[in-house]
Amino acid sequence: MKPAAFRYFAPRTVEEALDLLAEHGDDGKILAGGQSLVPAMNFRLARPASLIDINRIAALDYLREEAGALRIGALARHARFERPVASGALGPFLPRVAHQIAHLPIRVRGTFAGSLAHADPASEWCVVAATLDAELVAESRRGTRNLRPDEYFTGALTTALEPDELLTEIRLPLLGDQWRSGFAEFSRRAGDYALAMCAAFLRIEQGRIVEARIGLGGAADRPARIAAAERLLIGSDGGDDAKRAAGDAAAQAIEPLVDVQADAEYRRDLVRAMVNRAVAQACG
Amino acid sequence: MSWVGRRLPRYEDPVLLRGDGRYVADLARGARAMRFVRSPVASGRILSVKAPPGAIVITAADLAAVKPICPRLLRPDFVPIAQPVLARDRVRHVGEAIAAVIADSAAAAEDIAEQVEIEIAPETPVVSLDQALAPGAPLVHGDAANNTVIDTGLDAGDVDTAFASAHRVVEFTFTSRRQSAMPLEARAALAVFDTSSGRITLSVSAQSPHLIRTGIADALAMPENELRVIAPDVGGGFGQKVPLIPEHIVAVWAARRYRCAVAWIEDRLENLTAAFHARDQRIALRGAFAADGKLLALDADIQCNIGAYSNSPVTCAVEPLMAMSELPGPYAVGAYRVRSRGITTNTCPMAPYRGVSRPVITSAMERLMDTAASRLGLDPLAVRRRNLISSFPYASVTGIVHDAGSYREAMDTAAETLDIAAFRKRQQSARAEGRYLGLGFSVFAERTGYGTPTFSLRKMEVTVGFERVEVAMDPSGFVEARIGASPHGQGLKTTLAQLLADEIGVAPDRIRIVSGDTDRTPYGFGTFASRSAVVAGGACKLAGIQLRDRLKEVAAQELEAAASDIDIADGRALVRGTDLAVPVPELARAAYHQSHRFPTIVDTGLSAVATYDPAGTFSNACHAAIVEIDTATGKVSLERFVIVEDAGILINPTIVEGQIHGGVAQGIANALYEQIVYDDSGNILTGSLADYLVPTLSEIPDLEIHHLETVTDASITGVKGVGEGGAIGAPGAVLNAVVDALSPFGVEVFEMPITPQRILQLLRESRSRTT
Repeated sequence: MKPAAFRYFAPRTVEEALDLLAEHGDDGKILAGGQSLVPAMNFRLARPASLIDINRIAALDYLREEAGALRIGALARHARFERPVASGALGPFLPRVAHQIAHLPIRVRGTFAGSLAHADPASEWCVVAATLDAELVAESRRGTRNLRPDEYFTGALTTALEPDELLTEIRLPLLGDQWRSGFAEFSRRAGDYALAMCAAFLRIEQGRIVEARIGLGGAADRPARIAAAERLLIGSDGGDDAKRAAGDAAAQAIEPLVDVQADAEYRRDLVRAMVNRAVAQACG
Repeated sequence: MSWVGRRLPRYEDPVLLRGDGRYVADLARGARAMRFVRSPVASGRILSVKAPPGAIVITAADLAAVKPICPRLLRPDFVPIAQPVLARDRVRHVGEAIAAVIADSAAAAEDIAEQVEIEIAPETPVVSLDQALAPGAPLVHGDAANNTVIDTGLDAGDVDTAFASAHRVVEFTFTSRRQSAMPLEARAALAVFDTSSGRITLSVSAQSPHLIRTGIADALAMPENELRVIAPDVGGGFGQKVPLIPEHIVAVWAARRYRCAVAWIEDRLENLTAAFHARDQRIALRGAFAADGKLLALDADIQCNIGAYSNSPVTCAVEPLMAMSELPGPYAVGAYRVRSRGITTNTCPMAPYRGVSRPVITSAMERLMDTAASRLGLDPLAVRRRNLISSFPYASVTGIVHDAGSYREAMDTAAETLDIAAFRKRQQSARAEGRYLGLGFSVFAERTGYGTPTFSLRKMEVTVGFERVEVAMDPSGFVEARIGASPHGQGLKTTLAQLLADEIGVAPDRIRIVSGDTDRTPYGFGTFASRSAVVAGGACKLAGIQLRDRLKEVAAQELEAAASDIDIADGRALVRGTDLAVPVPELARAAYHQSHRFPTIVDTGLSAVATYDPAGTFSNACHAAIVEIDTATGKVSLERFVIVEDAGILINPTIVEGQIHGGVAQGIANALYEQIVYDDSGNILTGSLADYLVPTLSEIPDLEIHHLETVTDASITGVKGVGEGGAIGAPGAVLNAVVDALSPFGVEVFEMPITPQRILQLLRESRSRTT
C-alpha cells in the first residue's frame, strides 16, 4: 500500500504544466484531487514515473458562466457544486448530483475535470457531461482541442486525451428555465460507486415532452445518452407507460457492466429503475 | 452509592480522542519494515523462490528449525493440520505467506517484495464446500481425507419418533457466506531486540498476548522469559486477533537473527485476503413441529468451510463445534440430532469472529421459527413463546445448563415496544402504495463468561478459560490491578475500575488497570468470547474483597476497633455507627512504612491475587427490525431496530450499549452487506473496501435498547457477558423482516447476506412460479 517510486513536479502555470506533460506525458500523470489516482498508486495499479501536480496553478481554479455555458476550470472541486453555481435548469440540478458523489472529504479534494480525465464509468460528472453534450477543452503544447463526449469517452477509464494533453476546462451548455431535470442513482451504500444512474432533462410544453436528454452511467463501460429512450419520451406525457418504455429501451441499449455487485440482468433492472425515477423527478 | 451501574465516561477515551493512542504503528517508527510476499495462486507446488541480490528475504529454507503452527484437539474425530510459518513445498491459499522481506522502509520493502520471483506449478484448488466434498476432490492436506478435519455429532432424545409423529416438518438449507471481522486497525507486529538482555519485546495488535508468547516460544524453541509480548492500544479484534499467526513468529525470528527492530504493519488488502475469515457455513436444518407450534425435534447437518489451515489455540473446529453445541439456542427441544463437519479448502483460514457460528445458527433457527409459523398458520411470536425456555435453571437435551434468563420477557417487551398491531396496519396501507415494509424478530441466548469447566469439553490441547488478577495498593492509596484479560476497545479498564471501586472502597479514578503486557500481568487468556467482564470481573471482585479485608485490618489497628465493625467506602475507613474515620491513603502509608505494626498482613502487604474460573452464564436478548424494501432495486432500508437485552447486572450501561451498537452494526453487515467473494480459481474478488461493503452510519439506523436484569449466581458479580450478542441477534431479525416485507410475493430467504441483486432474483423466480 505504498506507491512505487515516482518523480514529483509542481508547476505554477498551465504553460509549465504543458511543458512537463510534453516531456513526461507518456509515463506521467496529472495529479489534481488525487482521489482515484492516489489509491490506485497505493495499490500499485497505477505506477506513473512522474506526477505533475497542478494544484498550485491558481489560474485553473474557476467556475464561470460565459457564452451560454458553465465553464469549469480543471481545479474546481466537487464540493463547489453542492450549492447552485449555474443559472437556468442546471441551477438546482448540479447540487443534486454533487451530493451523490462519494463522501464529503472526497468532494472537498476531488475535481470535476479529474473525474472526466479518469473516466470511471460510474462517475456522476461523466454522465452529466455526456447528457449535456459538454465541450471538453484539452490543451497541449501542440495546441487546443475541443472534444465532445461521444468522441472523448472511449471506454472504461480510457479517453481520447493524448498523453501530453491537459483537460483544462469543461463547458456545460446552460439550459433555460423551461427545462426540467432529474437525477437518480443506485449504490449499495451511501457514497459508493453507482451501479447505475440516470440524468434526465426534459422540455415540456402543454403536458407533452418536446425535447429530452437521457444519460446513463455506471451501467456500461462509458457514459452515454440513450437516444432510444429519448425518442420514446418525446411526444409522451412522461406517464407510467412512457417511463417504463424509456427504461426498457435504456436497459436494452446498453452492454451492461458485470461485477461482484451486479450481473447483467440486475444492472438492466437498475437501469430501468433509475431511468424511471430520473424521468419521474423531471416530470414531477 | 455503588459505582457499578453508573454511566461513567470511559477512562480510555480522552487519550484516543486526542490522537494520543499508541498503536503498534505508532511504536514502530525507526524500525525496519517487514513485508510478506504472498501466494498469488490458491493451490500449487512451489518450484523456486528467488530473491533479488543484496536484499534480505526470509524463506522457509531459513526457518527449517521453526515448528509449524499445528493446534490440536485431543479427540479422535479431529485431524490436526499443520501450517508452515512460511510456505515450504506448496501453497494452499491466495495470500499465504511465502517469503518475508526486510528493508529500511515500507515502500522499499514493497519494492523488493515485487522483485522476489516465485515459481509455482498451479494445481486445481477446492474453494467451496461443494468442491471440497465432491468425490475425488483434490486434497488440501494429505492427512485430511475428504478434506474433512472434523466430523462429529450429537444424537440426544428420540429424534426419529418425533419426526414420525410431527404434524409438520419444516426443512431448508441455510447458507451464510464468508465474512471478515474487519478490525479498523489491521494486524501488526513490532519485534525489538534488546542487545543488553538479549530479550525480544514484541508489540502486537492482539487479543491474547500470553497465548501468543507461549505459541512463539514453542515455535522458536525459546524460553518464554526471553520474550515480552505487549498488546498496546489495539484498534479492534473481534476474534481475528486471538490466534497466533506466522507473521508474529517471523517477526520475532528476524529481530533475533538480525538483532534489530522489525515492524510488520498489515495493509487492508492483506487483511482482507490473508487475515482470518469467518462464517462460511451451510446448515441443512429440519424441524419437527406439532400443530400448536411445539418444536418436537431438531435435525441438522452443519458444514463449515474452515479454509486452508487451523487457528491456534482454539483450532479450526471452533465454528463446527460451537454450531453443533449451541444450535437449539433459547428453545426447549426434546430431541436433537446433528452432524457437524469442518471442511478444509484452498481459502483463507477461519478464526473466531464475534459470535462464532451463533450469528449463523441463530439466524437459521429464527428463520425456522418464522417459516414454521407461516407453514402452520400461526403467529411467529406464538411459535417462539411455545418453545422458549421459561423455567430455570434448564438442562438441555444435550446437557447444557441455562441459568435464569428472560427469554420470553425480552421478546414480549420488544413486541410491546414495536406495537405490532399498529405496524400491521401501516404495512397494509404501505402495500397499497407499492411500498413493502417488514417486521422481523430474533431471539437468542448466548453462553458467555465461561472458563475451563466449559472450554475443557472441547478438548483443546490448550484449555483456555480462567482469569487471574493481581491487585495492589501503593503507599499513596492508589490501586493497580493487573489483569490477564486484554481489552482492545471494550472499555474494560473503566468497567473493572468501577467493579473494584465498590469492593475496595475507593473511587474508580484511583484505580489503574494494567493489561496486555506479559512482563506486567499474570498469565491469562485474553479478551474474547464475551468473557472479560464476567471472568476478569469475577477475579477483580475476589481480589478486591481480599484487599479491602487487609485495609480493614490496618484500619482496625489505627482506629482501635474490630475489623468487622469497619466499613471502607468513599476513600475512607469508618467505624460503623461512629464518626471515627481514617482516609485510605493514610492506611496505605502506614501499611508500607509502619509495617512492623501490622503483622497479620506482612506476608501480602496491600496486595491480593485471585483467580476466577466459572462454568458460564447465559445472557439473552430479542432483536426486532423494521425494514422497507424497494422492489425496483432490491434495496433494503432499515427503518427501526429495537434490542431488548438481559446481561444481568450492568456495570456501566453506556459501555454495554456501545458493545451492542457495534455488534448490531456487524450483524446488519452480515445480513445485508458484507461478503468475501472468491472466484473458482480461489482469487478474492472483494479485496478492498470498495467491494467488501462495510456499512456506514448511513446504513445503520438508530438503535433502541431496553435493558432487563436477571441476576443469577452463575456469575459472582451477577454480570453476564454481552460483547458478542449484538452480532448474534441482529442478522436473524433483519432476514425475518425482509421475508415479512416480501410476503406478498411468497419469497423466502435462507441465506445471508441477502443482497439487492438476490432479492430481485428471488422476486423474479417468485413471479415465474405464479405465472
